[in-house]
Amino acid sequence: MSWLFENLSDVWALVLTHVALSVPPILLGLIISVPLGWVAHRYRWGRGTLLTIAGLLYTIPSLALIIAMPTILGTQILDPINLIAALTLYAVALLVRTAADAFDQVSPQVLDAATALGYGPWRRFWQVQLPLAGPIIIAGTRVVSSSTVSLVTLGALVGMSGLGYLFTDGTQRSFPFEIGVGIVGTVLIALIFDLIIVLIGKALLPWSRTRRVRNKTNAETLEVTTNA
Amino acid sequence: MNIRGAKRGLTLAMAAGAIFALSACASGDPLSGGGSSAAGDTIAIGSAAFAENEIIAQIYAQALEAKDIKVDFKGQIGQRDVYLKALEDGSLDIVPEYSGNLLQAFDKDSKASTSEEVEKELGTALTNGLAVLKASPAENKDSYNVTKEFSEQNNVKSLADLAGLDRDLTVGGNPELEQRPYGPPGLESIYGLSAAKIKFVPLSDSGGPLTVGALKDGTVDLADIFSTTPAIKENGFVTLEDPKNMILPQNVIPLVSKKANTDKVAEVLNKVSAELTTDDLIELNGKNQGAEKASPKQLATDWLKEKKLI
Amino acid sequence: MLDGLNWLLDPAHWTGSRGIPTRLLEHLAITGMTLLIAGVIALAAGLAIGHTRRGRGLVVGLSGALRAMPTLGLLVFIAVQFGFGVRLAIIPTLIVLVVLAIPPILAGAYAGVESVDPATVDASRALGLTEWQILWRVEFPLALPLIVGGLRSAMLQVVATATVAAYISLGGLGRFLFDALPLRDYPQMLAGALLVAALALILDLLFLLVGKAVLPTGVRAARGNRRSKTPTERTAA
Repeated sequence: MSWLFENLSDVWALVLTHVALSVPPILLGLIISVPLGWVAHRYRWGRGTLLTIAGLLYTIPSLALIIAMPTILGTQILDPINLIAALTLYAVALLVRTAADAFDQVSPQVLDAATALGYGPWRRFWQVQLPLAGPIIIAGTRVVSSSTVSLVTLGALVGMSGLGYLFTDGTQRSFPFEIGVGIVGTVLIALIFDLIIVLIGKALLPWSRTRRVRNKTNAETLEVTTNA
Repeated sequence: MNIRGAKRGLTLAMAAGAIFALSACASGDPLSGGGSSAAGDTIAIGSAAFAENEIIAQIYAQALEAKDIKVDFKGQIGQRDVYLKALEDGSLDIVPEYSGNLLQAFDKDSKASTSEEVEKELGTALTNGLAVLKASPAENKDSYNVTKEFSEQNNVKSLADLAGLDRDLTVGGNPELEQRPYGPPGLESIYGLSAAKIKFVPLSDSGGPLTVGALKDGTVDLADIFSTTPAIKENGFVTLEDPKNMILPQNVIPLVSKKANTDKVAEVLNKVSAELTTDDLIELNGKNQGAEKASPKQLATDWLKEKKLI
Repeated sequence: MLDGLNWLLDPAHWTGSRGIPTRLLEHLAITGMTLLIAGVIALAAGLAIGHTRRGRGLVVGLSGALRAMPTLGLLVFIAVQFGFGVRLAIIPTLIVLVVLAIPPILAGAYAGVESVDPATVDASRALGLTEWQILWRVEFPLALPLIVGGLRSAMLQVVATATVAAYISLGGLGRFLFDALPLRDYPQMLAGALLVAALALILDLLFLLVGKAVLPTGVRAARGNRRSKTPTERTAA
């Protein structure tokens, strides 16, 4: 325990880096997946193509993807963009299907009603379709958030030191406690992110609570459907 | 419905914007050393993916900082092939290296065998604007170790004794050792072991506890462990002699990019190199890996103060 | 990309104890053992939770935390903490992969059982079936699509993640990645990644077929009518 207090500032720096490496893939994944998910929902060809690509992406081992990034992007080998880009791809792979499912679930009658009230496609998307698909998208984002925070630790194998640094360093020094700090820290960051996403979801989509009870939609069932 | 819907849309957009801005702030600081580090007058110092190298890199970094040189520190980056690439593409400026292995990375067929010869050849072998500063007397090299029992039972004290053994040999080390001239290829060509008898067990912890454990419990017969690792002594391992100098002298030597190859940097690091000894390395590793669990940063500060370099 | 394919096509890489077939089999063995162990644990727990409707909150929270568990960290922690680290490298490897596989299987199991119409369960009860019979003869078959979905999801993650076993000396396709990483041998790394992806796709297809085969005829007919009702059902079908 005393090790933790003595090295608190170093560990804290790793936590900050870890957070900084985790947030962009989650947000970018969300921003990219929603329109793609809409395309997959709207067009039959889009569904086939996008969901197949997403499925393929998901099968690539994360380490290989991270390492391949400098070659693909032409970036420097230690550029954090490599890790962020790779994890964004994973986030998209997971979320596109969820987003497509979320849009599918919006009742066509509601959309018709909106059209009848004079909503154009653009306004209808922002004010009716997206908010109604919101709860499921939020649930999917929770899954993506947890897995991203966990995957950032792999950065340690390629010189990008989040909390994963404590794993490799702790291994070499035969120091399980240090590794344990890394594990607990990673899980804590993931839980805090999860809480934040839940709170944002509740603030933005106050109707989701009542809907959830009816549809039993949550991150768990979603994970099954997302990958199935 | 209309107005409320619009309001919600707006809130959503604003919240998304806020989160994005927040993450941009968060990512600004700790990541600033990423791709852009090569710009400006900041010097990026990195280390290979093992603790001792990080301690030395910390010593370099702190010594330079004390002389008002701006430093960006990147801990354990990876193995040689990775950080050499990083030095070449400008994401890194200084890495503590080990002279013999560095030479072999650039000149596979080098015949150099003494510390002086290696250092001299390094002066011409390096490419892409890379250069080395003065070598330190401190040395840490790959070394083949066996347990005391194995040594006694098989009467093995030197790598030269291995070829006469009528048994298969399991060799443990980092995955890349398998390809290195001082790995199984060298055991074959220099010490005459037959390739069929060597079984390689890849362990990705750079001679750390997994490798030590594998040697102790007999998973491997022969383990590549850095010679300055305290565990060698603690476990009574026998380090095999290397009469044919398969493993080149490995003096600690700063490898620098063109950008970092300035008189000021050289002056600081040459002083550090002159003071650093092999015993220092063993002691530093002991404090880092032993009960103390001192951090590389702290160890570097203490060492520099002790040597009155800062 | 081409280099990776060339590496794959080189006959020298297809033989011996370090050849592609051996690594594939090792990878399959690790994956299979993991799914077996995780399946037994997670299905038992998931079916119990689904049937009794108890302990759901606890398990949701717990599997959320499990999902965030960094595989590499847990792997080296166990390997360093317990002496058998390398000699029995399979033990730490299986533990971390089982941890990884449990959440999706568990979720599939209880979500599957919960998705069964309560009226159906009540009807079975009224017909005099014991709770045990209800679980096995009614809830389990009806939950199968989601259960298989959970297993598939777990399989995909395990196949991709089993590569970390190579960090502590085990075989499997991860060897190609970890051996190539320090040498920056991209063709080998690419070939390894392609092999993992191909294995995942083949297994995925297999699961798809098995999923169709195990679906009871009655359920299949009934599902046809309700097909587009919820995304949960649709994707799992």
